[in-house]
Amino acid sequence: MSKDMTKPLLSVRGLTLDIPLARGTLHAVRGIDFDLYRGETLCIVGESGSGKSLTSLAVMGLLDKNIQRRAERMDFDGTELTRASNRQMRALRGDRIAMIFQEPMTSLNPAYTIGDQLIEALRLHRSVSRDTARARAVELLEKVGISAAASRLGQYPHQLSGGLRQRVVIAMALMCEPELIIADEPTTALDVTIQAQILRLLVDLTKEMDVAMILITHDLGVVARVADKVGVMYAGELVETGPAAEVFGKPMHPYTRGLLRCIPQPGMTERGGELGTIPGIVPSLIGAVQGCAFRTRCPHATEACGGEIPVRGEQSHRFLCVYADGARSVEGEPA
Amino acid sequence: MLPFILKRLGLAILVALTVSFISFSLLFLSGDPAAALAGETASGEDIEAVRVLYGFDRPMLVQYSEWLMRAVRGDFGESYYFKLPVASLIAERLSVTMILGACGISFALLTAVPLGVVAAIRPNSIVDRFALFLSVAGQAMPSFWFGLILIVVFGIKLGWLPPSGASSWRHFIMPTVVLGYYAMPAIMRLTRAGMLEVLNSDYIRTARAKGAGEGRVLFKHALRNAIIPVVSLAAVQMGFMLGGSIVVESVFALHGAGYLAWESIARNDLPTVQALILIFSMFYIVFTFLADVLNAWLDPRMRSS
Amino acid sequence: MSVKKTTAPLMEEITGPTPRQILRKRVTGHTGLLFGLAVVLILLFVAIFAPLLAPHDPYAQSLSSRMVSPVFLGGTWEHPLGTDHLGRDYLSRLIYGARVSLLIGAVAAAISGVIGTAMGVAAGYFGGKVDAVVTFLINVRLAMPVVLVALAVVAILGGSLQVVIGVLGLLLWDRFAVVMRASTLQVRRREYVAAAQAIGASTSRVILSEIMPNIVNNLIVIVTLEMAHAILLEAALSFLGLGVQPPTPSWGLMISEGKNMMLFEPWLVLIPGVVLFMLVLAINLMGDGLRDVTAPENRS
Repeated sequence: MSKDMTKPLLSVRGLTLDIPLARGTLHAVRGIDFDLYRGETLCIVGESGSGKSLTSLAVMGLLDKNIQRRAERMDFDGTELTRASNRQMRALRGDRIAMIFQEPMTSLNPAYTIGDQLIEALRLHRSVSRDTARARAVELLEKVGISAAASRLGQYPHQLSGGLRQRVVIAMALMCEPELIIADEPTTALDVTIQAQILRLLVDLTKEMDVAMILITHDLGVVARVADKVGVMYAGELVETGPAAEVFGKPMHPYTRGLLRCIPQPGMTERGGELGTIPGIVPSLIGAVQGCAFRTRCPHATEACGGEIPVRGEQSHRFLCVYADGARSVEGEPA
Repeated sequence: MLPFILKRLGLAILVALTVSFISFSLLFLSGDPAAALAGETASGEDIEAVRVLYGFDRPMLVQYSEWLMRAVRGDFGESYYFKLPVASLIAERLSVTMILGACGISFALLTAVPLGVVAAIRPNSIVDRFALFLSVAGQAMPSFWFGLILIVVFGIKLGWLPPSGASSWRHFIMPTVVLGYYAMPAIMRLTRAGMLEVLNSDYIRTARAKGAGEGRVLFKHALRNAIIPVVSLAAVQMGFMLGGSIVVESVFALHGAGYLAWESIARNDLPTVQALILIFSMFYIVFTFLADVLNAWLDPRMRSS
Repeated sequence: MSVKKTTAPLMEEITGPTPRQILRKRVTGHTGLLFGLAVVLILLFVAIFAPLLAPHDPYAQSLSSRMVSPVFLGGTWEHPLGTDHLGRDYLSRLIYGARVSLLIGAVAAAISGVIGTAMGVAAGYFGGKVDAVVTFLINVRLAMPVVLVALAVVAILGGSLQVVIGVLGLLLWDRFAVVMRASTLQVRRREYVAAAQAIGASTSRVILSEIMPNIVNNLIVIVTLEMAHAILLEAALSFLGLGVQPPTPSWGLMISEGKNMMLFEPWLVLIPGVVLFMLVLAINLMGDGLRDVTAPENRS
């Protein structure tokens, strides 16, 4: 099977999510564009409530029924997801697109053994015998670093620790050899020491198996280590996207720079020096939303920020700002 | 799981003993059981004779322990009214009540669980509103009155069903509906609430993300978890229903244990009443015990602990 | 200025409605609660002013006008709801029957409320042995068949209003104990209880001024539900002939008396049944509504 490497595996244009509420429509996600190629890791970063998780659920077609999804294009390897039937979506989910959720403690069904749940993941999409599926489950449990894998199959989720459960969830996502894995803050709920292990495992496995990944996180340290591409999300918009090296090396959007100043960087942050903070409050997204959502917190906001915001940048590194240089010169950053 | 079962069994036995003591004490509630038994026209000598004959002259605890020792062996004494062993009287009537109870709980489960599931899948839909209406009405419906209305409409005006008696399966339809409707609202509400909660849980999202179809998500992943508390509720309701059969049996003239209880109470036949209270309590205790065990077995978190 | 425009909704959220305004809005928006409240208030009014409202003496028999049909079945306005088999005015008996039902419901719920709340709060607050004993007593109580025990006790002690009230009051405390125990357990863990204990408040003070105010919402809901339960049970006992005794006008008794004639005069059974159903329905809706309004998170 020859795979076209020049075309993106997933191409999203103008993804918009509206949630009708009693007080008006909440414009949770507004006009998101991104491309993801085979084997790439895209990290979407942003604060809680910026619409990261909704975006991932929108790709999976797992949004709550009351959320309205619109997009110019959501192309997954030739399948237009906005027009796909329930049956088509179901065939994709778990098979070619897998998802890993945030809460390993609750994302496994307490009533079934982990073996049942792993086997189900394969047998929903492949007509293989239980024994074959069982062998595959053992193989993957070993791959995600679970010892005595065969005996674990008969255990129930509550008998495993959080880190172990998340390993099971990762194994489950890999059962059908997906082409894309969407991981929604897969390590947030875990102990700090376990977080790094699980993340390392996830990244190594996706590289080894050549799986593309959308990793949703609010941890910039993680992004710097694993991302090929970065998307910075703020209040429902991707304010900056680009190759990880460029976004970290030359952050264009004032919000991205603000975020980067919030984390200490070896060699750059002085010991005892103050870390940055971004003052202000995220605006309400209910009702008509106009202009740059970051202007209520941006130190460089002007009248123009309330109007149409142009897309700037070249090729793959793009950002949304009224300043052609994203106000880099005002902040005294090198051009 | 074994320690849990043993602990639970110990509790059940303790509760049973306490209940047996309370039902025995009923005899003394009237003040002097001998006087009550001898009748209003009896002379002082007659009352004394009855007192000695029935052993009421001995300390209450002695009488209780004797009564209990005999009760454990299935000997509940002799009915004051029928002059027959209470045990055989009850044994004769119990099957009707058991059939009624089994039919009633089956009817309740077969209507309440599907309605609760559909109501939870489509909250605020017509089905949900209908289910809510049924349960609100059911909780306010006096069951004896509901029974009478059914008799008038289906037994007499339409003539579809026999209005009373127990000689064929058709005689059990209306009593089943009345008794089942009594248990339905609680089961439906619990099923609905459980399904709503489970359907919002992360593992349901996981199942969908795996590509499982709606039917599989609902029945294999959701209902399996939501049904666990319903099992114990159904057992509790079954216990309540057997106790409530006294009303339904008297309305439909079904000659079961409930009807016997009503007759015996009206006739002051205390040994029979004591035995029936004890037996109905035993049913409740056994059902809830079995339900707890079944529950522990259904819930893997309890099974392995 | 454009910046201000986007922050405006935020200020609105901060200066939002007060808790009292929210409560009022929830109450006026809750049809079930309003309906229940209205029906209960009307029947309460009817019960209190029964002597003024009843057109006839509910006990006065008139053998010459027995089983007169109600006005909607061709009767006259002399007896709007007809008369029973002894010629007593049905409407007047219905009106006086409201007194019996509400009195029994309220007093029985109050008695069992006091017993159950005391047990539940003690179990939840003290835990340990107290809790074990209370839980055991609840189990014993639940194992006893209510109707059977109530019937037997009423039969032994004789059916009167006081006996029925007493028996029901002593039998229906289980739900109070269960719910109050759970609520107390929940509240006891909160910081303000620990704070009160830390400044040396006495146990009774902690229970009365820290615990009770926070569980009284749940208590009110159970009071209404148990009141409905008691009213239904009284009607059932009276129907079985072992509750309130004739000639007291009780709805359950009226249904029982009308039962023999129900083939020919179904309204004799229908009318008191509908009124009984409406009262219990209204009280239940009121209870459910109160729970929704005061503690929406406890909705079942």
